[in-house]
Amino acid sequence: MYLCGLLEPVPCGLSDTMLSKSMQKYSIYALLRNALNFHENWHRAWRSPAPKPEYDVIIVGGGGHGLATAYYLAKEHGITNIAVLEKGWIGGGNTGRNTTIIRSNYLWDESAAMYEKSLQLFEGLSQELNFNIMFSQRGVMNLAHSLSDMRELKRRVNAIRLNGIDSEILTTIQIKELLPIINTSPQSRYPILGASLQKRAGIARHDAVAWGYARGADSHGVDIIQNCEVTGMLRKGGCITGVETTKGIIQAPKIGIVAAGHTSVLAAMAGIRLPLNSYPLQAMVSEPIKPIHPCVVMSNAVHVYVSQSDKGEMVLGAGIDGYHSYTQRGSFHVVEGQLGALCELFPIFSRLRLVRQWGGIVDISPDASPILSKTPIKGFYINGGWGTGGFKATPGSGWSFAHTIARDEPHELNAPFTLDRFVSGALIDEHGAAAVAH
Amino acid sequence: MFLINCPYCGPREESEFHPAGEAHLKRPANPEKLSDIEWADYLFMRQNTKGILLERWVHRHGCRRWFNVARDTRTNKVLHVYQMGDSPPTQLKHIKP
Repeated sequence: MYLCGLLEPVPCGLSDTMLSKSMQKYSIYALLRNALNFHENWHRAWRSPAPKPEYDVIIVGGGGHGLATAYYLAKEHGITNIAVLEKGWIGGGNTGRNTTIIRSNYLWDESAAMYEKSLQLFEGLSQELNFNIMFSQRGVMNLAHSLSDMRELKRRVNAIRLNGIDSEILTTIQIKELLPIINTSPQSRYPILGASLQKRAGIARHDAVAWGYARGADSHGVDIIQNCEVTGMLRKGGCITGVETTKGIIQAPKIGIVAAGHTSVLAAMAGIRLPLNSYPLQAMVSEPIKPIHPCVVMSNAVHVYVSQSDKGEMVLGAGIDGYHSYTQRGSFHVVEGQLGALCELFPIFSRLRLVRQWGGIVDISPDASPILSKTPIKGFYINGGWGTGGFKATPGSGWSFAHTIARDEPHELNAPFTLDRFVSGALIDEHGAAAVAH
Repeated sequence: MFLINCPYCGPREESEFHPAGEAHLKRPANPEKLSDIEWADYLFMRQNTKGILLERWVHRHGCRRWFNVARDTRTNKVLHVYQMGDSPPTQLKHIKP
């Protein structure tokens, strides 16, 4: 990859371990300095080590949540002998497939606390990681299309404000002022009667969140091992002892599963049944156009959510395909329904062309809330069930899961999100409670 | 989009149908005697199969009748269709319902 030896011999001579100890700080000065060398001296952002035979903690899954878990384990709990095992490449699963929306306007106290913690961590994340995650707090608007929508919206806004989270109600006129391209005609089939707005919500560069956490974790000594698929779990009595992988057996007394759609598959290797079902969730982007859409719009009733990326593409998403699948693709009629909803809200987009469309596999729990939990097997931890709304929770999920693994007990933030709740009945029913079917 | 061979109407597009999850779940014979853990297992715990899944579908925009399907969740290929109440086809006997 480098032009070895021709211009600057330095990068080629550095071993993997040396790189991690000399993480380059990104700054305007570093940029200028490297400009003088035609940008050929940038270090790799993280190493690519071979797995060691044994670690203190293994995280299975190198998406945002897994990398964040490793980062906070190292930073907050001083555990640095960690491997993150990723079967493909980091951030190549749902981290790179979502629509990048970040918000904390959830109805129930437990969810509000978790997602608000994440939002607060997002607010300082670029500085903390020294990596620009392009977090843009441009506001998320949730539309109401009927009187019952409006009543529900007001209830939510009040509940959210009681939890100390910003949220406000917009009238149709205010919506139109903020977003002139939206169709607010009372003649439309699903007229817009109002909206809630969380101004601190927004979007971020999803890849950068994974890369930033990867670089941060690596600089603390965490081994990020890509192209390493876990094929079996090793148990001794009631304890987990390691994993079988395509790169051999790796031992560890603590293993955290952070594998989104494949959580059930990995848990089954350890003999654990989970209340999860995996479905395809599709998303797509249009061709890039000039800035026209200044915030994020979500509509539950006509069911689409849309924002404009910094590249200018309209980023679109909606609901899942209804059948279980691991195919990372979905059916066309789901795309058709979502684009119909888009053109209903924004007639101007009817001539926009799509350039990419894809699917990710999301694991949905019966109450549409995540599972961040210990399991009946000692040293075996599960972080899954984020369903269709996991990206916004990346920092808080990693932060509280790191606490759960390090202390062998949940933090108060994730204590309600245990596996036991399906036995006790203390469900956190977010199916209808989140602002959109998420 | 894939085709499902409705046992009553023949092959139709998947959009005419509605999926309803794992088939052959056994309703508890003595529900009043079930422990909380057994209830949780019956109500919530699922195989979430990656591979050949035995599942229920209903032809919602057609004959509105229910039936079972054996489908590979890695490819969405429908392997077999069989009626409600029937056992899975003999060649799929090894798959735990």
